[in-house]
Amino acid sequence: MFSWCTDPDTLEGLAWLSCYLTTGKHMAFYRSFGTVMVLLLVTAPVALAFGFAGAMAARSHFAPLSWLGKGYTAVVRGVPDIAFFLFFVIALDQGIEYLRHRIKCPDWSEPIRQGNDFVVCPAAKMPLSTAPQWVHETYGFALAVITFAIVFGAFAANVLYGGMRAVPRAQMETAEAYGMSRRQAFWRILVPQMWVYALPGLGNLWMILIKATPLLFLLGVEDIVYWARELGGSKTSAFTYPHPDWRLYYFLALLAFYLLLTRVSEILLDRLMARLTHGQATSGGKSTDKGLAI
Amino acid sequence: MKKLVLTAAALVMSAGMALAGSHATTVRMGTEGAYPPYNFINDAGEVDGFERELGDELCKRAGLTCEWVTNDWDSIIPNLVSGNYDTIIAGMSITPERDEVIDFTQEYIPGSPSAYVALSDDVDTTGGVIAAQTATIQAGYVADSGATLVEFATADETIAAVRNGEADAVLADKDFLAPIVAESGGELKFVGEDVVIGGGVGMGVRESDTELKAKFNAAIQSMKDDGSLNALIKKWFGEDAQTF
Repeated sequence: MFSWCTDPDTLEGLAWLSCYLTTGKHMAFYRSFGTVMVLLLVTAPVALAFGFAGAMAARSHFAPLSWLGKGYTAVVRGVPDIAFFLFFVIALDQGIEYLRHRIKCPDWSEPIRQGNDFVVCPAAKMPLSTAPQWVHETYGFALAVITFAIVFGAFAANVLYGGMRAVPRAQMETAEAYGMSRRQAFWRILVPQMWVYALPGLGNLWMILIKATPLLFLLGVEDIVYWARELGGSKTSAFTYPHPDWRLYYFLALLAFYLLLTRVSEILLDRLMARLTHGQATSGGKSTDKGLAI
Repeated sequence: MKKLVLTAAALVMSAGMALAGSHATTVRMGTEGAYPPYNFINDAGEVDGFERELGDELCKRAGLTCEWVTNDWDSIIPNLVSGNYDTIIAGMSITPERDEVIDFTQEYIPGSPSAYVALSDDVDTTGGVIAAQTATIQAGYVADSGATLVEFATADETIAAVRNGEADAVLADKDFLAPIVAESGGELKFVGEDVVIGGGVGMGVRESDTELKAKFNAAIQSMKDDGSLNALIKKWFGEDAQTF
């Protein structure tokens, strides 16, 4: 990185540290913060979409759809996250490869399950084994997003379902009195008003999602916790920058990062809540109205 | 947003397909990257160590294009079996239990001893608390020896456990421990007798992958025949290391 870094053995103090903190490995560590942020920013809306679809299905008057919505939330909320992450992802990956195998290699005669082995034709590999490493990483990341979205979508569905039920019945009756159809009343009256009831629950979910990102490593994505453990571990002279066990410092840095992230989230959520409750028929909304009146 | 993810997935898929024709066979080499000097992630962020050098040479001799992948030790066999990579080259000793699930090439490191390392000489290696890495032959040995076993996900954590007093001693491959003991400034020392557990170290391949196994067997044999394997072992594990 720097010109003086060519011979690390002779360096001391700050010069050593400046070289140490800019190694390729540390760059990967810094990039993994970006990975976590991208995961959060992509997963949150996708999970919200899953949740919204789940809540709408659960409210449906068409029984099978309602069962599907309620079943989704009940099953996914009931299964421990870690089991879901270990089992579901492998099942999803093998499911995709199985389908590709069926389409791409219809003439393949060997069985797919050979003892313990899961063997599909080379063209059905997902991603192909010839693909460069970044494709494998992107694929792993996409699997992670989908898995996170399904898990957190189930919780979000429950929160949104509760939020929809909390909107006063009189609002819907008024909408019907104005001659709105069920669909119109849902989109124009219910959905805009339900957010204020759902937001505390959704805010909680966001906080939990932030803290759940270390599960990424279970899916083979090298996240900040993986790198902190890897970099902090004691290093012998087989490495260019030998040092004793420094995991404490790396984990303190992670602690600061997570605290900062949750603090910023809290501030933003509070602002959003203030905006949503403005003028609403809730205790929060009324108190601001009174505040304005005085 | 859903659409966006689907588009992204489709992009990834088509990218994979476009690259399919570029080279014929790529063998993905799975390793742990946390067991120096066998394999570790160097400061540039790349896989390095004895097995990196060995694996690259073997691939060259077998005429294969190889790509290095790291995976947690704990799930290294399941991920091989489900096809996420094609070989395990991670200092894995050949044992009958593992051989039931996967296949091994011939040994590329002869059966080397394991050793106990502790802070003081008067540690009871058969009755005390002994640290070992999860799912290693050493962990199995400690469990059978009557000592209390504490397991850790990485080898580095087992050493840390001894340093901070969580365990009385650690049992691991002597080749892994030797540089750590040498550089601890007298803090850590070998205690008790060395123990020989299991056979040599080989590459793990899927049981159905007989062709790949044959290729690597031939490559390892050619490195044994011309003495380059012994030279490599001496380079990474020191002059007194056991050779073929």
